[in-house]
Amino acid sequence: MKDVHKWYGSYHALDDINLTIAPREKVVLCGPSGSGKSTLIRCINRLETHQSGRIVVGGIELNDEEDRIDEVRREVGMVFQHFNLFPHLTILQNCILAPLWVRKTPKKQAIDQAMHFLERVRIPEQANKFPGQLSGGQQQRVAIARALCMSPRIMLFDEPTSALDPEMVKEVLDTMVSLAREGMTMVCVTHEMGFARQVADRVIFMDQGRIVEEGKPAEFFDNPQNERSKLFLSQILH
Amino acid sequence: MIATFILSHPKATKRIGGSVAIVLLAAMLYWMGVGPGWLQPFLPGALQSPGASRVAAAIVISLLIALNWKVLGLLPRLYQVGAVWAELFALLLLFFYSFNLSFSFIAKKIGFLITQGVVTTLYISVISIVIATIIALIGAIAKLSKNGVVYGLASFYTSLFRGLPLLMQIYIIYLGLPQVGYVIGAIPAGILALSLCYGAYMTEIFRAGIESIPKGQTEGATALGLRPNHTMFLVILPQAMRVIIPPTGNQFIAMLKDSSLVSVVGVWEIMYLARTMGQKEFRHIEMLITASMIYWLLSIALEIIQARIEERFGRSLKR
Repeated sequence: MKDVHKWYGSYHALDDINLTIAPREKVVLCGPSGSGKSTLIRCINRLETHQSGRIVVGGIELNDEEDRIDEVRREVGMVFQHFNLFPHLTILQNCILAPLWVRKTPKKQAIDQAMHFLERVRIPEQANKFPGQLSGGQQQRVAIARALCMSPRIMLFDEPTSALDPEMVKEVLDTMVSLAREGMTMVCVTHEMGFARQVADRVIFMDQGRIVEEGKPAEFFDNPQNERSKLFLSQILH
Repeated sequence: MIATFILSHPKATKRIGGSVAIVLLAAMLYWMGVGPGWLQPFLPGALQSPGASRVAAAIVISLLIALNWKVLGLLPRLYQVGAVWAELFALLLLFFYSFNLSFSFIAKKIGFLITQGVVTTLYISVISIVIATIIALIGAIAKLSKNGVVYGLASFYTSLFRGLPLLMQIYIIYLGLPQVGYVIGAIPAGILALSLCYGAYMTEIFRAGIESIPKGQTEGATALGLRPNHTMFLVILPQAMRVIIPPTGNQFIAMLKDSSLVSVVGVWEIMYLARTMGQKEFRHIEMLITASMIYWLLSIALEIIQARIEERFGRSLKR
């Protein structure tokens, strides 16, 4: 990302973002609400459009060309705060939908692959249930499996645990930790500082659309430089 | 003060309310002019003055209705529904019976009314329903489009065809198209008018249905790499169907009956035949009632189909 700006009307949502993420790197984005962290990762798969600057994902520059956008989206998986599972489809159907229609994977192979990932998030036995029958934590793990079924090279997480009951947060974080250990490139908006310490290579703190501070998690948490980061950390860490 | 009384004495309120309802009902029946004739055999000689006998008749009827209500209240729900249907249907038949209908005339004509009339009505309605559904789908997607030209086309279409009376549309299409050199048959004109008119109504139903699906669904599908048309047909529409089906079933029933308007351009469907066949022997009411019953039966069939489809689309969302 180079010199990226985005406005909503007159509101400056992203202000001069420069950011490079290496393959296999795990980046955690944090910051107060409205600071632009969600907007930032939604620009990576162009759920939001940026107005100036350049965004290059896996060597492909994002602009209005639909083929490029499709290519990027195939390589970038995303997990949302509210899961966004398709309630009219079973868990298995949720997982094979995109491989069937986007990657044109044969159905048999798509199912095998889906079951493989459902096993990895430890809920293969729920495959034929509908999302509404699962708990929030289970739904979010399905959402992770669904994204993995497209064999993405990058995974984006947009506050994946914020809508969950406290006791379900751990099961989702455990899944994310194991994914990180396998070397997935991850960009994660989260306030789970334990998770950030454990797996992140870099923590980025944003405020008012700007990257205010970035660094290794140990440095950032133990010795924040910026006043705004200090205030933020003191408020969430008590 | 009244509110306090109602809340603190629910039982008394119920009793008072019931009595008031009976009195009101009796007053209404009296005002409607219920005749006392049928009371004569039960109370011979007691009813001399016509006014008093009418009051008595009104009171007796309202008490009978109240009694009926109480008795029905004792039954389980399913029987209640059945009993109410049976009673009301019997009243309806009684109403028709009072016309002194010639059933032999109906029996003579009903065969042709069904083979020609029902077949034509169904033929016109089914084709119009299919076309209207396709129009509605396209119209709804167009109305949600960011493209101004597409939106302009769609909004003009829905505004025009929802704004003109259907009867007018049938005339305009049947009589107007030949003016620009395209001669159209009565049946195609009817189908065209019905499809365009109902397509416009259903466009709005489909649009509202599609808009009722949360934005996250589109985002989830988009993030997976699905193209907009895949997202629409695989993710959004199957969910929107649950919202779309009940009002669409309504539209289908309305269209079935509005197909009777096509009779004005001389299509031999139920309404046209009912009117013309009754004319020759001055038996209008026989044919009209028969035709009405046929429309009702067809509507009931559609209601049943709608319930089935609703069940199918609601299934996966049950917990």
